[in-house]
Amino acid sequence: MHTANLLLVLGAMIVAAYYLARGRSLAMARPLGGIRHLHSLPFYYGLRAAIWCGVPSLTLLVLWLLFNDPFITAAVLAGLPESLQPVTVAEENLTLGTIRNLATGALSTEAADPALVAASERLVTLEAMGSRIIAAAVLSLGLVGALVAWFRMSPQLRARQQVEKVFKVVLLLCSLVAIFTTLGILLSVLFESLRFFQAVPAADFLFGTEWSPQMAIRADQAGSSGSFGAVPLFVGTLLISFIAMVVAVPVGLMSAIYLAEYANGRVRNYAKPTIEILAGVPTVVYGFFAALTVAPFIRDTGAAMGVAISSESALAAGLVMGVMIIPFVSSLADDVITAVPQSLRDGSLGLGATHSETIKKVIFPAALPGIVGGVLLAVSRAIGETMIVVMAAGLAAQLTVNPLETVTTITVQIVTLLVGDQEFDSPKTLAAFALGLMLFVVTLILNFIALHVVKKYREQYD
Amino acid sequence: MTEDQQRNAERVARGLKRRYRAERRFRFYGLLAVAFGLLSVAVLFYDIISKGAGAFRQTYIELELHYDPDVLGVYDLGDDSQVALGDYSGVIRAALQQRFPEYGSRNDRRELGKLISSGEGFDLRDRLVANPALLGQKETLWLVADDDIDTYFKSLGDREGAFTGRVSETLQNVVKVLADGGQIALRLNTNFFSKGDSREPEQAGIWGAAVGSFYTLLITLGLSFPIGVAAAIYLEEFAPRNRWTDLIEVNINNLAAVPSIIFGLLGLAIFINFFEVPRSIPVVGGLVLTLMTLPTIIISSRAAIKAVPPSIREAAIGIGASPMQVVLHHVLPLAMPGMLTGAIIGMAQALGETAPLLMIGMVAFIVDIPTGPASPATVLPVQIFLWSDSPERAFVEKTSAAIMVLLAFLIVMNTAAVWLRKRLERRW
Repeated sequence: MHTANLLLVLGAMIVAAYYLARGRSLAMARPLGGIRHLHSLPFYYGLRAAIWCGVPSLTLLVLWLLFNDPFITAAVLAGLPESLQPVTVAEENLTLGTIRNLATGALSTEAADPALVAASERLVTLEAMGSRIIAAAVLSLGLVGALVAWFRMSPQLRARQQVEKVFKVVLLLCSLVAIFTTLGILLSVLFESLRFFQAVPAADFLFGTEWSPQMAIRADQAGSSGSFGAVPLFVGTLLISFIAMVVAVPVGLMSAIYLAEYANGRVRNYAKPTIEILAGVPTVVYGFFAALTVAPFIRDTGAAMGVAISSESALAAGLVMGVMIIPFVSSLADDVITAVPQSLRDGSLGLGATHSETIKKVIFPAALPGIVGGVLLAVSRAIGETMIVVMAAGLAAQLTVNPLETVTTITVQIVTLLVGDQEFDSPKTLAAFALGLMLFVVTLILNFIALHVVKKYREQYD
Repeated sequence: MTEDQQRNAERVARGLKRRYRAERRFRFYGLLAVAFGLLSVAVLFYDIISKGAGAFRQTYIELELHYDPDVLGVYDLGDDSQVALGDYSGVIRAALQQRFPEYGSRNDRRELGKLISSGEGFDLRDRLVANPALLGQKETLWLVADDDIDTYFKSLGDREGAFTGRVSETLQNVVKVLADGGQIALRLNTNFFSKGDSREPEQAGIWGAAVGSFYTLLITLGLSFPIGVAAAIYLEEFAPRNRWTDLIEVNINNLAAVPSIIFGLLGLAIFINFFEVPRSIPVVGGLVLTLMTLPTIIISSRAAIKAVPPSIREAAIGIGASPMQVVLHHVLPLAMPGMLTGAIIGMAQALGETAPLLMIGMVAFIVDIPTGPASPATVLPVQIFLWSDSPERAFVEKTSAAIMVLLAFLIVMNTAAVWLRKRLERRW
């Protein structure tokens, strides 16, 4: 039976189980004198039966859909004669592909090896049999579940508690998705990175100064030895992030101070949301802006002053990234500045300090931990930002701190190495995961410190 | 008053001027910072709009076409192989010949052929198949001009002179003749809103990407909203306060700040490499974006639940509701507007996201309009990225226009979120 039809039948069974069990609970209640003599509302009896009918059968179906493939293919391959038995993984995929194509009719059966034709027929029968068996198993499991729920029903049954317990488990599972996401990220990145470090020593990766991830296709090929020294990428990333911070921190901080301390209500009401528009603009838009407007402008300005500036300069990408981060810094700074108690301001002003002295000497030190936390979060954003640098920064891995030259970053290299088709056993592809691991670890540490600092500071005045 | 006090007072008075100057300077810096922020917004929007406004209108050329069966090589529109092999561009070439008999040489004829977009032949085929009665008839149509002509025609009024690019002298004269006769004009660019991607800028549209974005967001919303709300309910209402729930909390806050490209790596390694799901399909894109937006939705949903006053819960418990009934019947409906606001903001974030989708292959060149969540597609921001890489000058205009469409969607979503918050959120 087709999976969609199976789901439809199962859904009908679940609905039927709900209504039948609900009806039965009402019938049980009638001789006792109404539903107030039942332990739970009829709704819960129905829901309980639906859960008994649906949960085990659906679990079985999902497990089958996830894991049936290996069993069937193993059975098909085992039936092949000795001469056709695949040795390597690639051969196995090839043989399986041929068999699949024979089975669907994409390949003509006339020209093919009779053993393979037989295997394709076996594949078809096995798949048909498998889906018939699983349909029978799922439906009977649903029926058994519904029957169990049916026969255990009694007016004293604590149906509500049982249903609520299941609900609570579902809620718990949903909250664990976040943990599984982190684990998934860590495992997938770590696993591929370890494979990369088997091919390239970790020390070469971390401390090498030469980055050219092209692997030689032929042994005698010149110039494509494939060296994976990531230092130029780290320096490039830090350079662009530094330029971004030089723009974002002063502007974000000063505008937050001005809007929080000086501006009147009307200016604040208009200026604050307008600046925050910058936070909602997609990064690909900034990338386009950096590559087509800012970079040519900087290059032409440089040419007019007689300075040669690369058209993919770190300066252009950094400036635009800084603009992107301004609202991030300013809204975080605004939060911590407004959280400083009014009494501190009043005390300072009462002693005769001017407004700016109060801000510099009292409010700023009091808000400093929160501001530092916000800046750290902004740094982690700048390091992980991808589209601006992919579109506006270059690909050449130069080891330089000159903002007028082209540099490349970790995220740019991840994108270039992984966009398009790739094989998972070449160091070139795996290098991207090693870079991803570095990125994840660094941003995680920054975020952890930043969130900790911000949280601790918030509690201080609460 | 002692002498000491007097001296101090004098010192303070002497410093006052300097201190007031510092005060004014500080205030000016603040103003400067705000002005810089506002200026950035203005420049960004002005730049995009001035570059992209032209793309909503496209150069069309009016020609009298003769659907001559001999030129087409199509005599029976019921015959699929004849229809497939027909020479539809031949009809356009013949019409151009007829309109400009003075350009008869081989070279000139080739130049004339560059006037009309090479994709128009397919549109003629579809038109013929839809109206078989047209075969053998004559018809006057506005045809889409080639992108070089389009760029040239649009730049005719520029102060620094027209951008000729690859447009030859002959074609410039032809355009002039057409313009004098009113046979070349800017009209609403319908291709842009109804077609998928194309290598020809004049045939490229954003509809394919918009549909891809729609399916991707549908999956994202369908998964992340229920899971996010459920997780928020558990953490706020049921979770015991212990080390494990602390871990989950720290973890969620950290995930919200993980770079989006890392989620792309996760999608590539787990969904594509391990589960062998096909590349480029909205289902995978939706799954990756779900994981990415989940922390945002959980955090805003928790805030919405926290905002429901405890008196509501106590009242419900007081009349005998179970904890689950308290949450589902009372807390959840009251927190719903806040949760929806958070979900819309999360969706706006997902709509603008590019980097993780590049990792899972949604960056392919796809001409067809996707038909469902499992058919290959691209999304709006990725389309912008792809076009911005194209060398043709006409694509700059298209890219900016696509950005304007994307920004319009985002503005609508964010306005809806603000409106929803103002309209439905209750103050306690």
